[in-house]
Amino acid sequence: MATLDFEGTSYEVDEDGYLIDWQQWNEGLAGAMAKEDGLELGEAHWEVIKFLRDYFEKYQIAPMIKILTKELKKKYGKEKGNTKYLYELYPAGPAKQACRYAGLPKPTGCV
Amino acid sequence: MAKETTPEELVNVDYEAPKKDWTETPVEFREGMYCYGSRPVYLQEVGFPNPREWSPADEDWKLPENWKEIVLTAMEERLSKYRSFRVFMDICVRCGACADKCHFYIGSGDPKNMPVLRAELIRSIYRKYFTIGGKLLGKRAGARELTEDVIKEWWYYFYQCTECRRCSVFCPYGIDQAEITMIGREILNLLGLQTDWIGGPVANCYKKGNHLGLEPHAITSNIEYLLDDIEEITGITIEPSFNRKGAEILFVTPSGDLFGDPGTYTAMGYLMLLHELGLDYTWSTYASEGGNFGFFTSMEMAKRLNYKIYAEAKRLGVKWILGGECGHMWRVLNQYMDTWNGPADFMEEPVSPITGTKFENAKSTKMVHICEFTADLIKHNKLKFDPSRNDHLNVTFHDSCNTARGMGIFDEPRFIIKNVCNNFFEMSSDATREKTFCCGSGSGLNAGENIELRMRGGMPRGHAVKRVQEKYGVNMLANICAIDRAVLPPLMDYWAPGVDVCGTHELLANALVMKGEIKRTQDLRLEDLPGVEDDDDDDDNNEEGGE
Repeated sequence: MATLDFEGTSYEVDEDGYLIDWQQWNEGLAGAMAKEDGLELGEAHWEVIKFLRDYFEKYQIAPMIKILTKELKKKYGKEKGNTKYLYELYPAGPAKQACRYAGLPKPTGCV
Repeated sequence: MAKETTPEELVNVDYEAPKKDWTETPVEFREGMYCYGSRPVYLQEVGFPNPREWSPADEDWKLPENWKEIVLTAMEERLSKYRSFRVFMDICVRCGACADKCHFYIGSGDPKNMPVLRAELIRSIYRKYFTIGGKLLGKRAGARELTEDVIKEWWYYFYQCTECRRCSVFCPYGIDQAEITMIGREILNLLGLQTDWIGGPVANCYKKGNHLGLEPHAITSNIEYLLDDIEEITGITIEPSFNRKGAEILFVTPSGDLFGDPGTYTAMGYLMLLHELGLDYTWSTYASEGGNFGFFTSMEMAKRLNYKIYAEAKRLGVKWILGGECGHMWRVLNQYMDTWNGPADFMEEPVSPITGTKFENAKSTKMVHICEFTADLIKHNKLKFDPSRNDHLNVTFHDSCNTARGMGIFDEPRFIIKNVCNNFFEMSSDATREKTFCCGSGSGLNAGENIELRMRGGMPRGHAVKRVQEKYGVNMLANICAIDRAVLPPLMDYWAPGVDVCGTHELLANALVMKGEIKRTQDLRLEDLPGVEDDDDDDDNNEEGGE
């Protein structure tokens, strides 16, 4: 199993760098993952990550994109509630990149 | 990785055969062409053998000590259990009719992707250990020793076959390559050689009822969001029921439709149609998966995962089951479910409550394909459409392998599309109906790490679409399969950019004129319908479709 080392702790990740245990996650880890991709996490990034964490805690799965955009729109206004905005924040895609930073596993199946 | 390889580069396939005999051409594991090995927890959760950390890139695959015995015993069992398997091992005359019919051979040029040679990988072992000729004459009789390298070769190539069965259409003996691949994978599974992308959904489905691992409250919540959109588009409030005892019909669909775009638009289509009919039906949060990734591991696993469909039908006391748009789901339902988990004699022979039509073909399984159900409604004039709402779309139809070759559903989806769209164009007859080309990602190969394999395998389909795109301006590829809806968008971006992907019931619901609806100004993706004025000047919808 691959690992990600951060501040003296070794975290188990899958081949694509997704955390194996979502409960091991911490904010610093998200920042370190982003840094590796050459991305600095700003407030807007954290709004998405925080939503993903909260949602996952309740549903044990990442939200579908429709839910993510709708809820961001409700909470932060319509300019933040669309996929274009999410792709600007997370160029590799909100489902992949943002979920990885948030410590969520990648969705599988017919997706 | 294909992402960095341009289509112009990828299309230059080298079809030159290697200098040496195939038995002396060792398999080379190339990144982008295979999936990750399954993490042990997925195997543990369903009780599959040999759970351990492993990677196909490793030299040591950590096979069980008695792996050879396991393989040969498994072959022997299957040779005596499935007459078809023995016949397929014996009967091939190597005429080569199948050779260039496989999308993976066309897209890769690797001779071991010719169906005849892919089968030969296992046939050579059959000869060595199960035929007198092979035992006595060895290599001269096309036999070879079973070694670890053989197992690696099996793994590499049986996961470069999507079990689409196009080759079988052309085989004069009707050899079913999918069955050979299925048995090959089943044997590999006994050694713990599962892929992560298949292992995950199987474990999820076993624990939570569906591949994605959607829990009951996630399913109802996801559908709530779809209903909100429907209300915004049509002004109609829909209140579907879940797990309702006494409903006449149970509706089962792949979970992908409740999660990923554009599948979600297809799910909105089901919700709108079934509401408009006033059908007495229910969703289930238990039988919440029509698809069956177990089918890509072993018959036994597929049977276990399939069990919940009849069990839930019985618990709820429904008369029959209606099934959504999915590919391999229907291969399982149509060809295996009845013998595995039937007879479902606690249900009734399916009859459409709207038209009175008896679905004779589903007499035994008690499960009707939604395209048959809908086509029957249209034939009896039970639905009203405004096809002009789809006028901005030039549509073509991708026959999903399993529904096409597995159950002959060719005309129903076309009949629906032609009734709800004014602009429909067929692809070449070499790439449709029973000769349809695979999406390149079926049978659990729709992972991310094998993207080059997927783009190569999808090349023939991609080119067929590109041709109608150039000729007729096609911009929408309709289908009736959840894996198609997940994998065709990246395939189109690669081979035919500008062509979008949708389920057939999305097109239907776009055109469906519903009782009491407001003037439609948006399609199911909340995009403005071209040429329609918005009377309310309500412009707060700027969402875009899909990821």
